Amino acid sequence: MPGGAKPQLAGWGGLSVPGRELRSERLEEVARGLPLTRGLGRSYGDSALPPPGVTAVAGSVRADRILALDPARARLRAEAGLSLRDLAWTLLPRGLFPPVVPGTQFVTLGGMVAADVHGKNHHVAGTIGRHVTGLRLLTAAGEIVDCSRERSPDLFRATIGGMGLTGHLLELELALDRIPSPWILQETRRVAHLDETLAALAESARDWPFTVCWLDALASGRALGRGVLIRGRWAEPGEAPGTPPRPLRGPAVPFRLPGFALNDLSVRLFNAVYRASFPARLRRSVVHPQKFFWPLDAVRHWNRIYGARGFTQFQCVLPESERPGAVRRFLAEAARRGGSSFLCVIKDCGAEGEGLLSFPRPGVSVALDLPMRRDTRALVEALADVVLAEGGRIYLAKDAFVRADQFRAMEPRLAAFARARDRWDPERRLRSAQSVRLLGDPA
Amino acid sequence: MNTVILGATRGIGRALARAMAARGDRLFLLGRDARDLGASARDLEARAGLAEGAIGSAACDLLEPATFAPAFDAAAAALGRLEAVVVTAGLFATQERLESDRELARRVLEADFSGTVLFCEEARERLLAAGGGRLCVLSSVAGERGRKPVVLYGAAKAGLSRYLEGLDHRFHARGLRVVCVKPGFVRTSMTEGLPEPPFAGEADEVAAIALAALDRGRPVVYAPGIWRWVMAVVRLLPRAVLRRVGF
Repeated sequence: MPGGAKPQLAGWGGLSVPGRELRSERLEEVARGLPLTRGLGRSYGDSALPPPGVTAVAGSVRADRILALDPARARLRAEAGLSLRDLAWTLLPRGLFPPVVPGTQFVTLGGMVAADVHGKNHHVAGTIGRHVTGLRLLTAAGEIVDCSRERSPDLFRATIGGMGLTGHLLELELALDRIPSPWILQETRRVAHLDETLAALAESARDWPFTVCWLDALASGRALGRGVLIRGRWAEPGEAPGTPPRPLRGPAVPFRLPGFALNDLSVRLFNAVYRASFPARLRRSVVHPQKFFWPLDAVRHWNRIYGARGFTQFQCVLPESERPGAVRRFLAEAARRGGSSFLCVIKDCGAEGEGLLSFPRPGVSVALDLPMRRDTRALVEALADVVLAEGGRIYLAKDAFVRADQFRAMEPRLAAFARARDRWDPERRLRSAQSVRLLGDPA
Repeated sequence: MNTVILGATRGIGRALARAMAARGDRLFLLGRDARDLGASARDLEARAGLAEGAIGSAACDLLEPATFAPAFDAAAAALGRLEAVVVTAGLFATQERLESDRELARRVLEADFSGTVLFCEEARERLLAAGGGRLCVLSSVAGERGRKPVVLYGAAKAGLSRYLEGLDHRFHARGLRVVCVKPGFVRTSMTEGLPEPPFAGEADEVAAIALAALDRGRPVVYAPGIWRWVMAVVRLLPRAVLRRVGF
């Protein structure tokens, strides 16, 4: 390293520890003996960081081959380091698409399974795990094991959403969606307050496969929960342009912005301008799939706007129908504590997935980006207390600060997850900074 | 372009094969491991929208010259007329390892120099028999001057670069276009774990430069391009200066 600087590994929010990634096309060779495999590093907190004292993790991004693509059966087998971007743009011209995609295309398939990602279609499609038909892992014992709903189902269910703690994910099989065209038919409109936002999501969920709301997280009082409804479906051939969409590559944030760039005023200004750019009444348009699914990818390295201190995201799911008003109470607490958020996304979730630690459950998911400040840890802990009181849970792929006692209290499924790990990795060789922090793994 | 690639399963070769398959070149893959070659062929077919089996492969090892002719026979059977041959395969080890392991040193020298040269001789003969064509080989900036960290590897690459230069002169008039690609430090599995010098490049970037040079038949190309200017200076520096800066 020039100047002898120690290599660092960082989460997307900027939290970093000393360490580096060992990458190889042959992931099973390089991962052997290492505690964790990491993909494209888009998990926000410490789930893809090594445990304390460990300086190397495996990197999967070079193990990125499509091993079999069967358009007739809409099935895929691929190595775990394949990026969603590569896959999506391979599938689109063939009338296929991954059945579930998260908010960025810069993730690996292995990372998607490890976090059991959900997307704008969670209310109908569930998480990615529902569509995975087989996994190949390098276990802690150094064995290569194929698992599925039929073979070693305990390992299969623990791996989906298991944050890479059950084995190094080498290969996976996925059922794909057939799509009528590669374009999206989108409808958007402004929503004035939380009741309208939740009603708009519920109403849209009946007819639309993709729904989400962006919220102005700084709005309070009667305007609490105001924002924008975005819903869509794949366009029919008659509605879509005749030309295929091409991958877009937007500008990059060239360096970390100074800390003062993002403040209450600039966030308020952005939120107001952004919301005003949407119509008050429903507007229908045909949009590029990249702009619909991954709007933030338009600006590369957008995490740099948060400056050197970085940011964290707090994402939780709240059982709104069992505890009416849970979302309002949560947002009010966030607004009261002044967690000025550039980005707040709200989405209704469908049924719980089969992954033992899978995040979504029936209710409403809320995601807030929080710039790092002195009191961010206290803010996250306070928000986690609200989630706990409302019977919700948090998303491990976003977390860096929730306390172990809080996580355990909101996660009754931990015992089943621990049983699967007891069978496949009794010594807890596979672990991360997050698993040491939250699950009590040895450091 | 009907192209044989030796080394397409990893690194720069994988990136180059993907770029070529994407634009419709017909490929045939050579390498050491049949299973690995098959997986890379399926990957290229899927990405380029080709039917399974459209891209063939055959075993070939730079340390086993007896494998060269059968590999080219298999390629000719699959592709018909051969138009280009690309060599991205090679071995690398740090100078410290090579100094302490004579057998490893022999293998690196053989793979990167005599093995590659003999493979190119086979390729040259086949391309000329087809009326000419393109031979694109990855050498390295490490062959430009003798340097402390790459004495043996650099010597093999220097020999390879000279051979490619001579080959270009000897057969240019008969329609052979020889392209010598000289990458600097590229982030691949080959350089994994090494301290990263300035101007480090990515495999995709180097592959794009190599492909453009292959298309134009440029005899020498540096990748990333900055190395052309860095090496222009380094070639002129007197030995005393190099010794002083710890070259």
